[in-house]
Amino acid sequence: MDLATFLVQCLNAVQYGLLLFLVASGLTLIFGIMGVINLAHGSFYMAGAYLAFALTPLFGPNFLLMLLAGTLLAALFGYLLEWAFFSFLYEREHLQQVLMTYALILVFEELRSLLVGNDVHGVPVPAWLSGKVPLGELMTYPVYRLFASAACIVLAVALYLVVNKTRLGMMIRAGASNRDMVRGLGIPITRLYRIVFAGGVALAALAGMIAAPMSSVYPGMGGQILIICFVVVVIGGIGSISGALIASLLVGFVDTFGKVFFAELSGIGVYLLMAVILVWRPEGLMKRGY
Amino acid sequence: MAGVPRAAAPVVAALVLMALPALLTPYTSDLVIKIMVLAVFALSLELLVGMTGLVSLGHAAFFGIGAYTVVLASPESDPGNLALLALSSVGAAAAYAVFMGALSLRTKGVYFIMVTLAFAQMAYFVFHDTQLGGGTDGIYLNVRPTIGPLDAGNKLHLYYLALAALAFTYGVLALVRRSRFGHALAGIRVNEPRMRAAGFSTYFYKLAAFVLAGALAGLAGFLLGVKDGYVNPELLSWHESGAVLLMIILGGIGHLRGAVIGAAAFVLLKELYATPAFVGDFLAEHWQLTLGFTIIGFVALLPKGLIGLRARLTPAARKVST
Repeated sequence: MDLATFLVQCLNAVQYGLLLFLVASGLTLIFGIMGVINLAHGSFYMAGAYLAFALTPLFGPNFLLMLLAGTLLAALFGYLLEWAFFSFLYEREHLQQVLMTYALILVFEELRSLLVGNDVHGVPVPAWLSGKVPLGELMTYPVYRLFASAACIVLAVALYLVVNKTRLGMMIRAGASNRDMVRGLGIPITRLYRIVFAGGVALAALAGMIAAPMSSVYPGMGGQILIICFVVVVIGGIGSISGALIASLLVGFVDTFGKVFFAELSGIGVYLLMAVILVWRPEGLMKRGY
Repeated sequence: MAGVPRAAAPVVAALVLMALPALLTPYTSDLVIKIMVLAVFALSLELLVGMTGLVSLGHAAFFGIGAYTVVLASPESDPGNLALLALSSVGAAAAYAVFMGALSLRTKGVYFIMVTLAFAQMAYFVFHDTQLGGGTDGIYLNVRPTIGPLDAGNKLHLYYLALAALAFTYGVLALVRRSRFGHALAGIRVNEPRMRAAGFSTYFYKLAAFVLAGALAGLAGFLLGVKDGYVNPELLSWHESGAVLLMIILGGIGHLRGAVIGAAAFVLLKELYATPAFVGDFLAEHWQLTLGFTIIGFVALLPKGLIGLRARLTPAARKVST
């Protein structure tokens, strides 16, 4: 493998890892704060990709505007969903949460099939991002992938600032480390839950929208990313955003280079990584105390 | 059923099932076999979830491994030895359970759920991405195994084979429940730190339960492989793991009966929702939608499952439970 190929693979790994981070950070926040294990999180990613497919004709070249509109729609959807299906789950056992969110996956998949059908779709890369950057003498790298990485980095930084520097973020962190105390201090915990859930849904949907022009939009795409995100959350430590970032990048590299070196068995690499980390640190790289 | 010994209901059910083939059409007999196979599968998970308090979302891995083993280990064009194949299915599933349990039992609660899911997915990818078992297309079992006069290719023989497996599994788990081992598992479910303080090495108890559950799921997988004569990677998918969890919850966790009732309810509900004659063409085509909303209704209204329904309906029991 020469240097240029190696570089391209590194860029791919980082880009994939960052995308995973967007989905996984929502998952880890929702679990860390609300204590709900949300199997339907992958469906939000899928919903985002389909949203991009549906909105692209409406917005045409205004790709960024479409991302914004889609994110707002997803957040609104998440807000309503939390109110309708999740608000009574908090006091229940994990088992029932698993079941409920499993049922939601079935419902979402069928709704998707009713609304858009079961075909595989493509979303065009917006014209102003469709170029290629030369890398070395022979290789090129698509601009859109660079844009995707940059967008994810911007979002990650924004997430960091919101969680660490704002009043809302303070409440979120407090909620993650001691839920009962936060409730005792008179912070409206139900509204906090709703906001966090809506934020998680919006992040996952945004990741789906960003991914849509790179991968095709297809049924079942949610399930695939969900499992990988579980691996990310387990490796990173539940509830830890920085852990999720490290773990996503780790998974991104293992997956990308696994595909290069061991094409057939590449699907397993990520799980082996998880196994190794579990033996070493059963509670993930960045353990948080709940 | 007051006054009747507790063992009576399962025995009566077994007798009814023994007499049933006389009344069944090929279609309904197939349905009952399917229910019995899935009941074995659900019972094996009940050992983990109901008795030990370990919620696994990767149980389909053992089911699938059992099914793949019988197909892969069968001779190309001769009938294989049924007992040997069943043992190898059980053994292969148990072997993977040792690996998966040893690692995932290092974690607890929600981690355990996610980790079992991920390890099952790993097994799924082995069958999905490599040509070991025909890749995504799956693989066919050409000749069903036999032993002595028993031929699994014969539907009636298969029916009694499945019934025997169900009775065996039910019996084993009923014994486990009453044994010292079962009591230790119940102790772990209720209060693990206390069990550890009492001197039990809970990790090995949990591992033993995990491996036994995996082995029994492998038995269910063996039956499914023999029944369908075809396996594909979807048997190991997390949808299957979710479905089996659904069965035991549907029936009611904490009772062996619950797993069997749940498996029957699940198969019949799915059959009902997917049959145009019952629900109309539109809903039959989108049966997952109806199933999804049914599950949501169950979680919201019947957290104790179908068994809990009776307690809910009788006022006296309600007073006790609230």
